[in-house]
Amino acid sequence: MAKRVGMEVAIAAAEAVGMCNVDVAACYPITPQSHIAEHLSDIVADGRSDTEYITVESEHSAISAVMGASGTGARAYTATSSQGLMLMHEILPIVSAMRLPICIAVANRAVSGPLNILNDHSDIMPQRDAGWIVMFTENGQEAVDMSIQSFKIAEREDVMLPVAVNIDGFQLTHMVEPIEFPDQKDVNKFLPPARKPYATLHPDKVVTMGAFAMSDIFSEMMKAKNEVLKNSKKAILEVWDEWERMFGRRYRPIETHRTDDAEVLLVTMGSMGETAEIAVDEMRDKGVPVGLVKIRLWRPFPFEEFKDAVKKAKLLIVTDRAVSFGGPGGPVFSEIKSALYHEKNRPVICDYIIGLGGRDVAVSDFVTMMEQAIKDNEKDTIKEYEFYGVTE
Amino acid sequence: MKKEKKWPEAWHEVNVGAMVFEPCSAREYHTGSWKARRPVWDNTRCIKCGLCYIFCPEGCISQNEEGFFEADLNYCKGCGICAHECWPKAITMQEE
Amino acid sequence: MNTVSNFDLFAPRLADKNEYFSQGHRACQGCGEALAVRLICKALGEDTIISNATGCMEIVSSMYPNTAWGVPWIHVAFENAAAVGSGVEAGLKALRRKGRIPDRYIKCVAMAGDGGTMDIGLQALSGAMERGHDLLFVCLDNEAYMNTGIQRSSGTPMGASTTTSPAGKFSYGQKTWKKNVPEIMVAHRVPYVATACPSYPIDLMNKVKKAREVKGPSYIHCFSVCPTGWRAASDLTVSLGRLAVETGMFPLYEVEDGKYSFTIQPEELRPVEDYLKHQGRFRHLTSETIAMIQDGIYQEINNLQDKVDNLHSWSELKQKKG
Repeated sequence: MAKRVGMEVAIAAAEAVGMCNVDVAACYPITPQSHIAEHLSDIVADGRSDTEYITVESEHSAISAVMGASGTGARAYTATSSQGLMLMHEILPIVSAMRLPICIAVANRAVSGPLNILNDHSDIMPQRDAGWIVMFTENGQEAVDMSIQSFKIAEREDVMLPVAVNIDGFQLTHMVEPIEFPDQKDVNKFLPPARKPYATLHPDKVVTMGAFAMSDIFSEMMKAKNEVLKNSKKAILEVWDEWERMFGRRYRPIETHRTDDAEVLLVTMGSMGETAEIAVDEMRDKGVPVGLVKIRLWRPFPFEEFKDAVKKAKLLIVTDRAVSFGGPGGPVFSEIKSALYHEKNRPVICDYIIGLGGRDVAVSDFVTMMEQAIKDNEKDTIKEYEFYGVTE
Repeated sequence: MKKEKKWPEAWHEVNVGAMVFEPCSAREYHTGSWKARRPVWDNTRCIKCGLCYIFCPEGCISQNEEGFFEADLNYCKGCGICAHECWPKAITMQEE
Repeated sequence: MNTVSNFDLFAPRLADKNEYFSQGHRACQGCGEALAVRLICKALGEDTIISNATGCMEIVSSMYPNTAWGVPWIHVAFENAAAVGSGVEAGLKALRRKGRIPDRYIKCVAMAGDGGTMDIGLQALSGAMERGHDLLFVCLDNEAYMNTGIQRSSGTPMGASTTTSPAGKFSYGQKTWKKNVPEIMVAHRVPYVATACPSYPIDLMNKVKKAREVKGPSYIHCFSVCPTGWRAASDLTVSLGRLAVETGMFPLYEVEDGKYSFTIQPEELRPVEDYLKHQGRFRHLTSETIAMIQDGIYQEINNLQDKVDNLHSWSELKQKKG
């Protein structure tokens, strides 16, 4: 019988990882990830998970160490935020190129400068092109479920790619939420305790990992990397189907809320989706037919599912929690515009950059954004993107 | 069973993760074409100490059935270390 | 006359016949580093996994689709050989304990050049050694960033001309003395620390074998003559290594549990010119700079002798009273 408890989300995520028979974990502390790293080491110290826990001396060494471990066939895990993820940046494309199925939890936090320990998505956005599978969680239950799912997805032979699970720092990681933990035996059924690696570093079958490539073969390798990531969506959907069958909770690349008869859609990604839902309900109560589209799977980008969700929309109000400075606004906005460029009936798309550096975004803020965008759209004065709520 | 792959490989033929599964396959590349000089053994002077075998950076010097040494000219780069280190001066470097 | 007084005439019989670093690698003619790696691998044997940093050895051996390696080998990036090695060690430990791989001891070895050890790799090395992983770290020191075009590193000897510390009208080349990383390793209480040189192949292979036996961290700093970067004739590789030892430029010693001892000690040091004169990278030196280098050598050797004579092992210190 699955048990339902109230638990801090970071602790819960660590508990979920503790159920996955991780062989090697290497974490370097950074706020707000530290509770994940600390609790995982508690779990290991109490013998509840048979894991080699390497207290590395930097995040760069954390990702490097889990790569080495993954190369031997071990199930490997790490977690980080912000500057730590930026320090790992050099290595991230190498992990996916070498097809090592590492799982990482990113407790999203603003990237310096200036230094800010609070939540936004500027840490994960620069890793967009690294070739990883990237997913966003919205609440504690998802943080637990997706942490366990990530190993299964990563290790499938038709995937073999690293997976990043994003959990908004403080705004989600440090919240106490009601969470239903699956039973260990069910987790073991879903995710076999022993990873079955494709190739391992072992003298019984000698392999060279990390060869270098000249230009006569490099492009072929990059295409292969792209195809693998694109095709992993199929595997992700299958894993989510299995999760639904076993545990009753359904996960989709794009989640929608009251979009069926809506021509105006709000788009969010991450924990603010819950707040946005309430705002959409409020607008509906006022008689304004709006809907909400929530992006769960960021990479590989679910073009089909997204286009399907917005096919009837005339106005898309995208919210971004990161900025591409000097560029087209926020990264989610940019990706959506690109995804819909060739559509015959393209909606008007506008972007609000919100919640940077931990700034709170209330239900009323979402309502204001929607009302303003609708009004501006009617008057045809809609701005492409704007920083919402900035003191002018 | 190894499938013969043409070069360059098609994108879907490249090994997973660009791993190389055949150890020491570098032997396919014959570095012997690099040399400008080759080592020649005078077996009347050779004392079979094996120093040339030890000091060859290519590891291409081996002992034949009689116990004398010779370089595999497919790989010998002609660096001359063996000739320089040979105590009885049994090895001389000759122009290619 | 070069003396090889410590050399065993039955050397080939002591070395593993297998070539774990095969022919066909693309190192320069006369590469001292390739020779070192070849001999080190013979001493390690087949139950080894190597985590290699970016550098000469990595590039010359692993051009897809081929590899010169006959042992399991992983390369990730430049500065993290020790971190990757730590992960390999932890992975093997976990898998062996859980019965997922055979219960057989496999040695984890991390290899990097002087750049990947002493400069960009120093953090990862320090972390791995401090955490006590069962990892042998081998630094292949050719005294500059050779693979990228002979730029200076903290391993470049004083007075050497490199492409980023070139000799010129106002400069005599590298201004600082070689960073003493073996000393840093001793400060980490690494149980076995040694310097080695392939010109003394038995000494090198014995040290590798000793390091292999340590169930904990170990470190070997291996002198790698680079004829290309040092502007020397390709056939002088082994004799230059010997001269480095005989002039005191690169002393051969080991530190076991904190106790220092020379493994090869020339009766009397040869003047350093004997070593410098064969190398183009030192060609610009005046008698003043050579004297400065000679002073530096005496400092290093005397300091080392002091340690050999006076320092006790950590175990002895436990028992010593007052």
